[in-house]
Amino acid sequence: MKKISLNALGALFAKIASTMKLYAPIEKAGQVDFYEWNESEKVRLDVLKTVKSAKDVFFPQVEDLLKFRVEGKSIEMNEAPKCEDDFVVFGVRGCDARSFELLDRVFLVDPRDEFYAARRAHGIIVTLACGAPEESCFCTNFGIDPANPGGDASAWIVGEELYIEPHTERGAALIADLEDADASSVEAAKKEISAIAERLPFANLDLTGFDGEHLMEKFDDPAWERLSKACLGCGTCTFVCPTCQCYDIRDFDTGHGVTRYRCWDSCMYSDFTLMAAENSRHTQLQRFRQRFMHKLVYFPSNNDGLYSCVGCGRCVAKCPQNLNIVKVIKALGGKKA
Amino acid sequence: MIERARELLASGEVNRVLAWEKGENDFDRTPAVFTADNVDSLVYDGLCGPNLSKYLVGEMEKEGKILVFLKPCDSYSYNQLATEHRIDLEKVVPIAVGCRGKIDVEKLRAKGIKGILSVTEDGDKLLVKTLYGDAVVENRKEVLLDKCLACKGKEHVVECEVIGESEDTTEGDKFGIVAKLEAMTPDERFAFWRGELSKCIRCNACRNVCPACSCVKCVFDNPNTGVANKAAADDFEENMFHIIRAFHVAGRCTDCGECSRVCPQHIPLHLLNRKFIKDINEIYGGYQAGAEIGQRHPLENFDKGDCEPSVVHVRGGARK
Ligand code: SF4
Ligand code: SF4
Ligand code: SF4
Ligand code: SF4
Repeated sequence: MKKISLNALGALFAKIASTMKLYAPIEKAGQVDFYEWNESEKVRLDVLKTVKSAKDVFFPQVEDLLKFRVEGKSIEMNEAPKCEDDFVVFGVRGCDARSFELLDRVFLVDPRDEFYAARRAHGIIVTLACGAPEESCFCTNFGIDPANPGGDASAWIVGEELYIEPHTERGAALIADLEDADASSVEAAKKEISAIAERLPFANLDLTGFDGEHLMEKFDDPAWERLSKACLGCGTCTFVCPTCQCYDIRDFDTGHGVTRYRCWDSCMYSDFTLMAAENSRHTQLQRFRQRFMHKLVYFPSNNDGLYSCVGCGRCVAKCPQNLNIVKVIKALGGKKA
Repeated sequence: MIERARELLASGEVNRVLAWEKGENDFDRTPAVFTADNVDSLVYDGLCGPNLSKYLVGEMEKEGKILVFLKPCDSYSYNQLATEHRIDLEKVVPIAVGCRGKIDVEKLRAKGIKGILSVTEDGDKLLVKTLYGDAVVENRKEVLLDKCLACKGKEHVVECEVIGESEDTTEGDKFGIVAKLEAMTPDERFAFWRGELSKCIRCNACRNVCPACSCVKCVFDNPNTGVANKAAADDFEENMFHIIRAFHVAGRCTDCGECSRVCPQHIPLHLLNRKFIKDINEIYGGYQAGAEIGQRHPLENFDKGDCEPSVVHVRGGARK
């Protein structure tokens, strides 16, 4: 265990950033998201949840894949460069840290996504324990411990100090110069976090019946009508979600060529699953159902029972009309045919 | 309200009711359609921020009449939708409900109140229960939604039955911030909007909630337009999306404030629209979209007093 005073963090960040890119929760125009760090940025480790999750760092909202350039009769094709240098993501919460493992199950299986894979191979993750979980948090339902968030190293804020415990060699190398510390105050902080986690309003959700066996029963449940009624089909829930993984690939006409890029897509949108004939999901009910069935039924039935939700509660806090996965779990869960 | 809804359902005048229900958190309020079986779970209180009128568009294809509850701000949107023939007045029974401003839970959070479990109103006071102890907000006005601070007043503009009293929650001059932006240098203004709009995640919540954005299919969702996009090829496109949208709703935006309420990134989108409203007021005389059904707004109307577009620019907006 190492420690550093919160006041000295800027120096640690500057040191890391002198050799590689560093991403951290940074405030811009009043909102906090993961951005690349430099001295002039305002880091907000006190903010529990960034608006968008940390997934952005590995799977950005928009990225170029390929450029075509047309000159006369020739077409030149250039693949976008892949990440080649190590970088650090600092201050990732336990829920977001777990989400990377879930994304791996999509992007690192055959056919492997090389853009994502390169970033994963080079990313060093420093997590941060959650001093004050919020009412929307329900990570513990998925076996995530907000007091022990994992990654290459984990950090805890106790008073004016930041304690860091490395878990891997790459994590240890980052903080090798810091002063050694006694772990007892961290142990006390962990106990406090666990005590709050137990009192969270959504701490004990009943997930029985969310599995492949009950697929049709869940799919046909009449409750979807009511649950999806107010849905705007906006996509806020999918874009703030650390485990939503769908994307679209589009071409941008540059005038003398094409830039092929990928961007996040949302199953909540009317042109998602648009095929030559039509969109197979005609109504918002069907789109809404897709999002939650994917997370709670389809994904676990293909991935050893792992749910594609880490309980970060962003959809709970951010849906403009207060629809969310907790509501779905409560309405459909706990039932066994 | 529940009683009145039950009466209208029982008499057969309407077969469903558009109102609010409680969500998963004690303070969540979600728009919902009720029938006689579940109308008892209808709630209406200081937390019912979402407006309802746009949901009527989707209800129009169904059989029978629907009862809808309209807050003062929502009554403007209702008229505007009726003007644009997006709702059929024969199929709706509106009832106006009193409003004393709606609470913004995000503003409670911004006050440093964490882990909110419930919010209870006690006159002007708010009692907030949290995971970390209880908090009291002395005056609910401190945490009202921005749209309530720029409320068009307590009058409903739809002529119908009214239940409950309203209070005026308007604070100061709503064009004040617009004027401040106008007073900036172009570079400062550009930096302000770039900063705000660059946070946009293009979730489209602002568009989808907007009662003036009532196109059956938005150009940006239609792959056949060639301009459809879900995220931008470069980050300036997002900024353009909002400017285009603001132009498209100019003259039709009632300033209901829903766009800014729903934005997960707290982008003050209403300021773009309000700039247009301010300009329309100055160039063509005062105009309020949705004040009555059937109005033609100044941008689609012509009268001899209108100045030429080139003159608008030269005159700096004074109506002559
Ligand atoms: S569930 Fe909520 S956030 Fe998600 S698309 Fe529907 S309205 Fe938007
Ligand atoms: S579904 Fe909601 S709670 Fe679950 S990971 Fe996504 S945003 Fe978080
Ligand atoms: S969901 Fe859990 S890990 Fe995520 S921020 Fe909340 S307490 Fe921390
Ligand atoms: S609601 Fe906010 S984040 Fe979403 S598209 Fe509109 S401005 Fe962008």
